Amino acid sequence: MSFFGFGQTAEIDIVLNDAETRKKAEHKTEDGKKDKYFLFYDGETVSGKVNVTLKTPGKRLEHYGIKIEFVGQIELYYDRGNHHEFVSLVKDLARPGELTQSQTFDFEFTHVEKPYESYTGQNVKLRYFLRATVSRRLNDISKEMDIVVQTLCTYPELNSSIKMEVGIEDCLHIEFEYNKSKYHLRDVIVGKIYFLLVRIKIKHMEINIIKRETTGTGPSVYHENDTIAKYEIMDGAPVRGESIPIRLFLAGYELTPTMRDINKKFSVRYYLNLVLIDEEERRYFKQQEITLWRKGDIVRRSMSQQASIAAQRFEGSNSETASAQAKEESN
Amino acid sequence: MSEATVADTRRLNSKPQDLTDAYGPPSNFLEIDVFDPQTIGVGRNRFTTYEVRMKTNLPIFKLKESCVRRRYSDFEWLKNELERDSKIVVPPLPGKALKRQLPFRGDEGIFEESFIEERRAGLEQFINRIAGHPLAQNERCLHMFLQDESIDRNYIPGKVRQ
Repeated sequence: MSFFGFGQTAEIDIVLNDAETRKKAEHKTEDGKKDKYFLFYDGETVSGKVNVTLKTPGKRLEHYGIKIEFVGQIELYYDRGNHHEFVSLVKDLARPGELTQSQTFDFEFTHVEKPYESYTGQNVKLRYFLRATVSRRLNDISKEMDIVVQTLCTYPELNSSIKMEVGIEDCLHIEFEYNKSKYHLRDVIVGKIYFLLVRIKIKHMEINIIKRETTGTGPSVYHENDTIAKYEIMDGAPVRGESIPIRLFLAGYELTPTMRDINKKFSVRYYLNLVLIDEEERRYFKQQEITLWRKGDIVRRSMSQQASIAAQRFEGSNSETASAQAKEESN
Repeated sequence: MSEATVADTRRLNSKPQDLTDAYGPPSNFLEIDVFDPQTIGVGRNRFTTYEVRMKTNLPIFKLKESCVRRRYSDFEWLKNELERDSKIVVPPLPGKALKRQLPFRGDEGIFEESFIEERRAGLEQFINRIAGHPLAQNERCLHMFLQDESIDRNYIPGKVRQ
């Protein structure tokens, strides 16, 4: 059996030092399934142990070296052979020789740079993984362990609202407004549509979130559009002077941060598409790009503090009794 | 000042709507009826005309009410003009029914009541879909079809300005 390399003479597995405490994040695989992987951020150290277990104790394992690699790579589905590695670190664990018994090797990749977020898309994949290899004459024994990397941002300094007047001359004029141009992944899009002129028979209006994945460069650029969300904001025919509110919660949708020209290989951008549909099923639309970013989790406040913040918002004035009560409770 | 975790979901400010805008007549009134089919002529030179009545308050149309008589070939002419000049995808007309025009049929062929009714309904749907289209509303051929007494096939194609 081992003559054909069919049954491995040894098994490798990789275990992280902080496997008990480190958080896991859900990430979609290429075939759509969701799996959990250890979550890392830029600059964090990746350390652990590589266990090489001999299947038949007593039988020696000759090898040409044992190493562990930390790899960050971009894979374009139409060009599977070429992996574009943007992070590639190696640690040698053992010089060529032989193993007489199962052994464990420690490794540490200190303060590893992880510049991009893990992404699995329609035509491209960006992933980070650890790969432990026992090199041998005929065939190597190796094991890969995928990890997920997320890139965090803080509130942008400049976050202007989007406000525009659009339309078809003498037929339909609207003014649309979205409260921000940059939203975090659990944010709310608050806006409104104001009708200046309506000479067509509108049946309903909806807002769509479109994800556009761009792969390739130069003449072979390919855009893949995907409508992530469709949200009806108006049913019926509006007249001049009417104002329709928008309140769209992003947390319910599968979104990633906006990724621009990652390693010059791909981009993922998001657009809000305002669509009006008339009685003859004709569609009138206006697309607007928004920037999505990932906010780090902050310390949760007590329930009463959250309630007092919400009350202040609703009343539009400082509710002194509510905040005083909250202070008392947290003491 | 502690960072709030509750999102601000208040509506944006908007101007209150004027009551005349809210309760006034809508600016998108457009109704076209195709009815009263009449078969004129005798024998092999018969043909059917339909009354096309339009009521609208759209400013692009010169007349707010109009009433003309048109036959199937007039609708075909309009379809061809729009396909050539406008950027819209012109909806289909009800069929030409060539089979019905062959001799030795048991029934009245294209002058059969049920067929005329089917055709009338199709023509009504066709003309309403076109007249409501913002990119077809300013075509000279459409205005001539709906509001002029007769169609001048030697007209100069172009756009109508408001």
